[in-house]
Amino acid sequence: MSEQEKEIDQHTGVETTGHAWDGIKELNNPLPRWWLYIWYATIAFSIVYMVIMPAIPALPGLGTNTRGIGDHSDRVSVAEQIDAMRTERMQAGQALVAASLEEIETDRSLQQFAMAAGESAFGDNCATCHGAGGTGAKGYPRLADDVWLWSGTLDGIEYTLRHGIRHDEDPDTRFSQMPAFGRDRLLSSQQIDDVVNHVLLISGQDVHDVRSAQRGADLFAAQCATCHGEDGTGDRSVGAPNLTDRDWLFGGSEEEIYTTVYNARNAHMPAWEGRLDDATIKALAVYVHSLGVGE
Amino acid sequence: MSRVTLITPKSPPPAPPPQDLYSKRKQIYPKLAHGKFRTLKWAAMAVMLGVYYLVPWLRWPRGAGVPDQAVLADFAGERFFFFGIEIWPQEAYYLAGLMILAALGLFLVTSLFGRVWCGYACPQTVWTDLYIWVERAFEGDRAARIRLDKKPWSFDKAWRKIGKHIVWLLIAFLTGGAFILYFHDARMIAETFFIGEAPLSAYWFAGILTFTTYALAGTMREQVCTYLCPWPRIQGALTDEHALNVTYRYDRGEPRGPHRKGESWDGRGDCIDCKQCVQVCPMGIDIRDGAQLECIHCALCIDACDDIMKKIDRPTGLIAYDTDTAVACRASGQKPKYRLIRPRTILYFVVMVMIASVMAFGLLNRGTFEVNVLKDRSPPYIQLSDGDIRNGYTLKLVNKSGDARSMSLEAHGMNGLVLDVTGLEPNDEGIIMLPVAAHGVDRYRLSVSIPEESVDGRRHFFLLLTDVNTGEVHTNRTSFMAPAN
Repeated sequence: MSEQEKEIDQHTGVETTGHAWDGIKELNNPLPRWWLYIWYATIAFSIVYMVIMPAIPALPGLGTNTRGIGDHSDRVSVAEQIDAMRTERMQAGQALVAASLEEIETDRSLQQFAMAAGESAFGDNCATCHGAGGTGAKGYPRLADDVWLWSGTLDGIEYTLRHGIRHDEDPDTRFSQMPAFGRDRLLSSQQIDDVVNHVLLISGQDVHDVRSAQRGADLFAAQCATCHGEDGTGDRSVGAPNLTDRDWLFGGSEEEIYTTVYNARNAHMPAWEGRLDDATIKALAVYVHSLGVGE
Repeated sequence: MSRVTLITPKSPPPAPPPQDLYSKRKQIYPKLAHGKFRTLKWAAMAVMLGVYYLVPWLRWPRGAGVPDQAVLADFAGERFFFFGIEIWPQEAYYLAGLMILAALGLFLVTSLFGRVWCGYACPQTVWTDLYIWVERAFEGDRAARIRLDKKPWSFDKAWRKIGKHIVWLLIAFLTGGAFILYFHDARMIAETFFIGEAPLSAYWFAGILTFTTYALAGTMREQVCTYLCPWPRIQGALTDEHALNVTYRYDRGEPRGPHRKGESWDGRGDCIDCKQCVQVCPMGIDIRDGAQLECIHCALCIDACDDIMKKIDRPTGLIAYDTDTAVACRASGQKPKYRLIRPRTILYFVVMVMIASVMAFGLLNRGTFEVNVLKDRSPPYIQLSDGDIRNGYTLKLVNKSGDARSMSLEAHGMNGLVLDVTGLEPNDEGIIMLPVAAHGVDRYRLSVSIPEESVDGRRHFFLLLTDVNTGEVHTNRTSFMAPAN
């Protein structure tokens, strides 16, 4: 175009750019002024922004990004925001710490706060094992029913939460141990069969060999009644399960009960004291208590 | 390649001087009109401004914990108060219905009377009119303003201009300030605003509205209607040849020309080309060119023309609210026909009545109390140690009134249902009472258990909540899950 003569459009008197589309040629009009000013303004803004804010990543020799005169850091401000949120939540939690568990459960506003806090803490920390809503799983007690191995009272739940079950690092943890009758050769296979039949009988299930069950009654009285009680209803003080109800932590079939007696089963739960703050533990206790409809 | 050739490179004719395709704005100096439409416009302005500034101060008793404000959009509390009506977010369809009604109302009025909204009710019109009134107070009427703008700067010119802008800004601030009153307790915000203790958003929105009022009504004026506003385009599609619009009756006015006293009126029109209609027009147009996009149909040209017609002893109404068909009829010597009732006006009206009825029915029959029963899904049911089946529920009780309530809870429909609500003991009669706070949502954990043998084919039951004071009963059907037998 430069070598050619300049074209002037006769209608507007404006020079053309030489670009033509379908015979229509483009006029070389200036950019709209308002548009140009906004463009200049964005350039000016970007320079100011680069000076004030961290903008250029990894300069050679500097190793890291430019800091900007404001020394702003998203990471720091997020950390500050989280701290502020924690402080705020601590203040709300103070009311929970100050109140007794019974007060929390009967005071409408404290209860609603504790239930909301407890639900979210449960989802974060407990649901992995106990299931969402406390449904439980094999070896992980269901919290939504009325069966409690150790205690189902508000204080009892709080104690379990704080100290855990068979959590060796906590001297106050709830602890008991069932012997492995088979593995440690305390009972023979036949004897275990007898005990299993007796347990099936007292839990209201079908038993094929009634004689075996009768033999098992004596063995039960000698070996198991110390913890599980003479009638097999269990003992909360040592976390011995009630064997006469329909609830089975590790399964209630003949096979499962055999395995339990042969190997013994001792589940663990970590202590949450020190890992969760006081307010959260109390909120959890109230929430879990409500899952099981209280005791 | 196209054959269109706009440019002839060989032997170009002398290029005409370049001309601007985009013309600059011409300053408009609307002259003050006198007459019935000007009076109507003052009245409309007074009503609109009065409503806008006074409504936030209307009180309505609402009980404790909530401002006693008749009209309040409480965003923080997620509620909207409108006199006796309390709208919650889940009922936002009432607001949508209101919008649809407003749109249909605009359609109807436009199809009947043209753009009366633009001329009398639009905030842009109202505030611009107010701003021109202020301008006139400081700088005088049209001729004086034109003279003043041509004069070099002097003390007199400076104080008039500065005074005008100060009053403009004051009005702008009052506009922005009144806006935020709709979103907070008006008294509280008015007290805290000036001592710097109002929420940041209040200052932000007051600032934005102050700026937009000043810019739109003070400096941009008719350009808003011509270039920014979509309504003229939409309204143009809604009005037709039967709509009453501000119309120059060319059948009567043409041919126009100056007229000397005593001259005969035969063989000429009534328009003496005095241009009074152009001088009073806030949009800077000539109505005699016919209906046009810029025209907001404020009818000030009618007032101006009627004034002149009286002076020259001709009948008034050379410019008047008239329809295109009527003017055309007269022009061809027929009797003018008016058709205000037409399929489109009937349609708008019927649809409006229908929507208004549905909304009124909904509002009149809507309760101020709502019960939501949320069934636990995990676990769906629990078998207790004695074999009983238990289901868990969350009750959400929504109270949209200013009174605290006490609801008794009962279950029917399955045998042997036992209810338990966390944190509540049944009263002496064995009934659980649920307290519900005013203007709030209360949640309760409910568990329902039933002996295994009572679980039959039916897996539904009804929860009955009865307001012990009013006797109002809420029945909710909900499902009960049990192991398959």
